Formats: sequence, structure tokens, C-alpha cells
Amino acid sequence: MYHGPRSRDGRHWRPSTSRRLLLQRAKLLAQLRQFFAARDVLEVETPLLASATVTDIHLASLSCRVEVPGGTRRLYLQTSPEFAMKRLLAAGSGPIYQVCKAFRDNEAGPAHNPEFTMLEWYRPGFDHHRLMDEMDELLAVVLEARSAERLTYQQVFERGLGLDPHHASVLELQSTALRAGIDLAGQGPDDRDGWLHLLMSHTLESDLGRGRPTFVYDYPASQAALARVRSDQDAKEGRGCAVAERFEVYVEGVELANGFHELADGAEQRRRFEADLEQRQASDLDAVPIDERLLAALDAGLPDCAGVALGVDRLLQLSAGVSDLRQVISFPIDLA
Amino acid sequence: MATYTTSQFKSGLKVILDNDPCSIIENQFVKPGKGQAFSRVKLRNLLNGRVMEKTFKSGESIEAADVHEAAMQYLYTDGESWHFMVTDTYEQHEANAAAMGDAVKWLKEEDMCDVTLWNGQPISVVVPMFVTLQVTETDPGLKGDTSSGGNKPATLETGTVIRVPLFIQEGELLKIDTRSGEYVSRAKE
Repeated sequence: MYHGPRSRDGRHWRPSTSRRLLLQRAKLLAQLRQFFAARDVLEVETPLLASATVTDIHLASLSCRVEVPGGTRRLYLQTSPEFAMKRLLAAGSGPIYQVCKAFRDNEAGPAHNPEFTMLEWYRPGFDHHRLMDEMDELLAVVLEARSAERLTYQQVFERGLGLDPHHASVLELQSTALRAGIDLAGQGPDDRDGWLHLLMSHTLESDLGRGRPTFVYDYPASQAALARVRSDQDAKEGRGCAVAERFEVYVEGVELANGFHELADGAEQRRRFEADLEQRQASDLDAVPIDERLLAALDAGLPDCAGVALGVDRLLQLSAGVSDLRQVISFPIDLA
Repeated sequence: MATYTTSQFKSGLKVILDNDPCSIIENQFVKPGKGQAFSRVKLRNLLNGRVMEKTFKSGESIEAADVHEAAMQYLYTDGESWHFMVTDTYEQHEANAAAMGDAVKWLKEEDMCDVTLWNGQPISVVVPMFVTLQVTETDPGLKGDTSSGGNKPATLETGTVIRVPLFIQEGELLKIDTRSGEYVSRAKE
């Protein structure tokens, strides 16, 4: 995606997309709105600039200083509208969706632009399986996709690498990466999850969603983010295993969406935020403020719900069948 | 010591990997929505030309290689080294056989070529795509002899032997494609 700094003298003023794709984007947005209107899911807007942001160590928020009455405040451009939407849910909004821009620093490449369009929706009363059903219906409408295959995270690893991702040791993950021909410069991933991410992104992802979408669900508890964790008893092995009720959507090898059966326990959420902040400090990453308003909303009572965030630019890229994300964005970061 | 972090990676960047200078051919940013980001980088080793793919954790850094290219004139060889000069500064450099590679086949004194320097030492020499060289020795072509496929060996002034058409005579100037090492046409001085 990022083609290096362009001169700002006006030579590169033209969009990287075409009029045909502008039309297709408008049509896609209309389809999405129609899909949710027909299901009585309410369209909402929440702030893109907020006083707190995500603590996840693998997400970097952009921030800016804003002059407001009473002084200067540091506000963060949201990496997803999740926190504010959950406050609406806790306040009794009922099912909601939003189409908005999301921002992530340090993310530019053939499949990434630091500013991108996100569709996020929440369904009170749904768990991640019911939300996957609805995702299936949405992809049938906008991509004319066949019904998705559903695989657990464990099945994906067992099928592709003959490996149990919940119980394999770091050493096993390392030697599997080596056998798969991944040549690491430097020290390699920081931890066990880093090795799982490496294997997923380098060896497994490209085979997912071929011919029809793949929904990968029940992630390792250590990759729960904002999902509920469930204790699973593996009857065959007799080994207990906690999994996160989270799912990812892949279409033609492209990661399209990430959903959760949402964690509603404020105390557990606070523990996860604080663990992230400790890890941020240990890894020399910027400290970020914890979203106390989100935690207060969870304490007040978030309805049992599932939510999912979907990359609209990638969805458009897949529906238009174009090879480069640049072709569906009017002005990518180097032309912005 | 200068270093680059993964966010600065782009094609053409010169870096040190396993003690050898390398040039980045392609950098692919790989990042799941949740989880660790990586850079999948294709690099060419500038000493042996081999291409490899390496994965870096996002944020990792790598030593910069002091590599640059300069147009130089080939002066002479003493049998062990090949001597070059930057014509506007008269600065001279010596390249060894490994750095010369195939360039020895096509270079004659006073020719211009592109020399890649690493820490001031030549590591590769690239000759122009087409060079003009004189034939110093070849059998007189026999009319109608097609038994050798219509061509014959000829020794050039650099000592290199190539196949040429039967009508080529000693003393003639030839245009040669240095990528394939093949005769292209007769050349005018």
C-alpha cells in the first residue's frame, strides 16, 4: 500500500481508485445499510476522537492535542468504535451498527492503510455462533458467497500443520516454523502467541476462505482481547483447555472481520487492560489511558451480546475482484 | 552505526544480514487484526547474488550497509586485481576476481562500467548491456560450410571466446550482448 513519500507539489493529485469503483463503494454501503435496516439494527455514530483508547499491545493509536474550554487535551483516534458502542449498548440502545473510519498507526502495506473504513455491529442476545450465522447472510448478499465453512482455531492448526495450538510447546511451534521454511531474522516472536501468529500469517491464512468463506472460532484464551473465555473439557485428551469465544472471517486468504461473544465482566476487563499496560511498559510501548467510562458501563451492565468489526475496504476489494487495496481507496496514505 | 527499523524497509535499501551486504527487493507488511505484526522481506545478497526471504518482527532493526554505486573507468589488471578510476575525482579502486565475476569477459581498458562499493571496497562490477569488442583470432569462414550450425568460435580482444557467424573475419568489431554473451551484429568504430 505505502509507496513511499510522494512529492506534495501537486504532481500526484489523482485518486488511485476509478469512477467504477467509487460507484461500487457507494452501492456496497447502500447494501450494508439496507441489510441492517431490514433487521432493525440501528445505525449510530460515536466519536472518532476519544480520551481513552485500546490497550492491546499490538495496536498503536494515533493521538492529537485538542484545544477545548479548560485547556489542552490529548485525544486518541479510535482503532475501532467498540468502546463507545458498548456504552450505547449498556445504556439500552438495542442492536446497533456503525460505518466509520478507524485509525491504526504503523500499519501500511498491500492490505493495510493507516486510515480505513470499518463496519462494526452488535447484537444483544447473540453469542458468537449466532453472529456467525448473520455474517454468513451478509456475505451471501454482498459477495454472493456460499455458506461459510466453520473451523475451530484448533482444527485450522491440526489440518494445516498437524499441531495442537492449545497445548504445543514453544519449541514445537519453533521447529514447525523452521520446517515450514520461515527464515527468521533477529530473535523471532516475543512469546507463544507470537509464534502462533507467525504460523497463522505465514503458513495457514492464505489457504483459508478459498471457494467459500472460512470462519475460524474459539481462539486460545491468551488471544481473547475483549471476548469471553470459556473452559472447555477436551474429552478425548482429558486435558482442559480455555478458549476465547472469538471468531475471524477469511475470504480468499484475506482476513476480513473479527468478532467476539463480548466480555461483560467489568472486573475481568479491568484485569485484562491492566495486564496489557504492564506488558506495554515491559515492551517500551507508549502508555495509554484505560477507558474508565467503558468499565463503568460494563459495571452498570452490558447486555449479553456479540459484536464484530469488518474491514469495508477489503470487502470492497473482494467484491470488485481487484488485486490491490489502493484501487478501492480514493486517496491512500501516500496520496492523502 | 546506522540502523533501519522495519517501518523504514523499502525496496533498494541496503542492509547487513549475517555479515553480508544485502539489498531489499520487496517488503511485505503482515499483520493480523489482533496480534503480532511481521515484515516478510525478500533480499538479494550483494556478494553472491542469492535471493532469500526473511521474516522480521515488526519494530526490529537491522544494520545499514554502506553500499553505493559509482560509474568508473576500467584502467588495467595486474593479474590479481582489476583497477578502476572515478574519472572526475581520479579516485582509484581495486576489485578482486570475486567482485569482477563475469565482467572480466567483456571489459577492456578505458571502458566505463558501474562499480558497487561496500565500505569503500568494490563488491560487484556491472558492464554495459552491449559492448563492442574486436576479433583477435578466428578461422577464415568457408563458404557454404554449415556443418557447425552456421557459426564458428572467435577470440575477442579480452580473451573471451564466443560463437560468431561464418562471415566474421579477424580484426572486425562486434556488438555483443553481455547478458547472454552472444554476438549481436557487426559494429562500426
